[in-house]
Amino acid sequence: MPQDSPESQRYRLASLTDKRALSKLGIIGLVVLIIVMCFAYAGGWLWADRLSQAKVIDGFELANGGVHSGFRRNHAKGVCVTGSFESNGAGARLSRATVLSPGSFAVAGRISLAGGHPGAADEPTDVRAMGLRILPPTGEEWRTAMIDLPVFVVRDPESFYEQLLATKLDPATGKPDPAKVAAFSNAHPEFAAAMKVVKSNPFSSGFANANYNSLIAFRFVNAAGVVTPVRWSMVATDPFAPEAADQAKGPDKNYLFDDLIARLARGPVQWHLVVTIAKPGDATDDATIRWPADREHVDVGTLTLDRAETEAPGNCRDINFDPLALPAGIESSDDPLLSLRSAGYSESFTRREGEKKTPSAVQVPVTGKGP
Amino acid sequence: MAQHRPFPLFSRILHWIMAAAILAMLFIGIGMVSSVSVYHTLLSIHRPLGILILVLAAIRLVNRLFNPPPPLPDGMPGWQRATAEGSHVLLYALMFAVPLVGWAMLSAASYPIVLYGSLQLPPIAPHNATLFAILRETHTVLALLLFVTFLAHLAAALTHALIFRDDVFPSMAFGIAREAGAAGSGPQARAGAAAASAEH
Repeated sequence: MPQDSPESQRYRLASLTDKRALSKLGIIGLVVLIIVMCFAYAGGWLWADRLSQAKVIDGFELANGGVHSGFRRNHAKGVCVTGSFESNGAGARLSRATVLSPGSFAVAGRISLAGGHPGAADEPTDVRAMGLRILPPTGEEWRTAMIDLPVFVVRDPESFYEQLLATKLDPATGKPDPAKVAAFSNAHPEFAAAMKVVKSNPFSSGFANANYNSLIAFRFVNAAGVVTPVRWSMVATDPFAPEAADQAKGPDKNYLFDDLIARLARGPVQWHLVVTIAKPGDATDDATIRWPADREHVDVGTLTLDRAETEAPGNCRDINFDPLALPAGIESSDDPLLSLRSAGYSESFTRREGEKKTPSAVQVPVTGKGP
Repeated sequence: MAQHRPFPLFSRILHWIMAAAILAMLFIGIGMVSSVSVYHTLLSIHRPLGILILVLAAIRLVNRLFNPPPPLPDGMPGWQRATAEGSHVLLYALMFAVPLVGWAMLSAASYPIVLYGSLQLPPIAPHNATLFAILRETHTVLALLLFVTFLAHLAAALTHALIFRDDVFPSMAFGIAREAGAAGSGPQARAGAAAASAEH
């Protein structure tokens, strides 16, 4: 068809510049612009105040005094562990999750301390943590990340972020600015109350005799579809002993980790997974509040850790212990901290996986049994 | 004007379902990675919806072999044809690449790839930190490219509908617009009048 035929005329660029076409081009441009603006809004670009994943993790980097390349933005110092979970089946009436049906499942986990400094010396009042993957052969993996505090100290994402900045260590003193902490505490009575509970519970002498708590509520769903709000704890079988005053005074900056490695070299360490069942009215969206002590506890199985391993490519180093990586039968509750943790861990994971890696301060000797 | 043949009905249904799914997906994706409180809810939709798009893209590609699209209007100059063809190839490539890269990315991070309940996908890439970092970045870049390509596609479709007034938009639409296009009366007549030349 020749270029000047009537059919081809309508496709000439010149036809776009006549008056009627220009107004229509304007309409098309407006449609595109509106969609772009909506997209920008959804992406948070038009809303600087919104608490985004990037803002939370930037907050951690600020509190950590910069980026420690390749490390988690929190719980930076840790060691990998492996073992198994022996489910006794008592949890099956509460949840249809495979991990709670009778059986023995492989476990890969990470023991860590709260804090963003991968080389910080272990301290008596460091929060101990346990991240776990429980791995049935059929898939349906369960991830959980727990700490040894009796309650969490904030209850929503905004106060979590404020607390992060308020308790940031002052480089001059190595401690948080007391005025900022006091201001935050006054504005958040739930924080003050939770800190009182935390301070009344002594820290354990090590990782092996600490109890690790989910703190946040989850929902168990059984085969009949019945939903039960629960929290859970890994309760140590090693007898509890409070952290001794002189424990941290030795030359070993990694004494908590090295004690665990030595303990594992002597034999497996065990915990009971104890599920606490809420009663109607118990808060499922506020991890700063403990449920009454008379709530039903169900021992659903035994965790055995028998081996420690230095963080390395492809082991727990490159795993995100996302508390919302859940199998069918275990679901998120209405606690807003869960989505915050899932989002924050994901952002931290995305940043660190692309960074140059540095070896962990915690090194497991390669000789001998276990470690 | 040689042809007023619209796209086959099944092709049109597939097109509009995917249009809605992809646009929703782009918004869910960008909202998800920036949000804190709705992150988990959006992610729970993002994974199965992404796989649905991948499946629909495969169905659509097969459907295209059996139900070829109508040819472009005769008068379209070569560069417009090339742009149209190129952008459609790009759209098809991205409809496959974005979900596949997302799936591979979750594999490289060793995440359980849960679609819904017990329904899980196997990994399609090895657990590797560097690979994850590359795929994670690629997922974002390709998704943004898909968004830009979608905008260009939309702008071009509207240009055909409002300014060129040819059969392109009616051939993918339902109802009155298509009937008018198929009958050769509406858009052609108006375009003909605008061009002050006889159509037939």
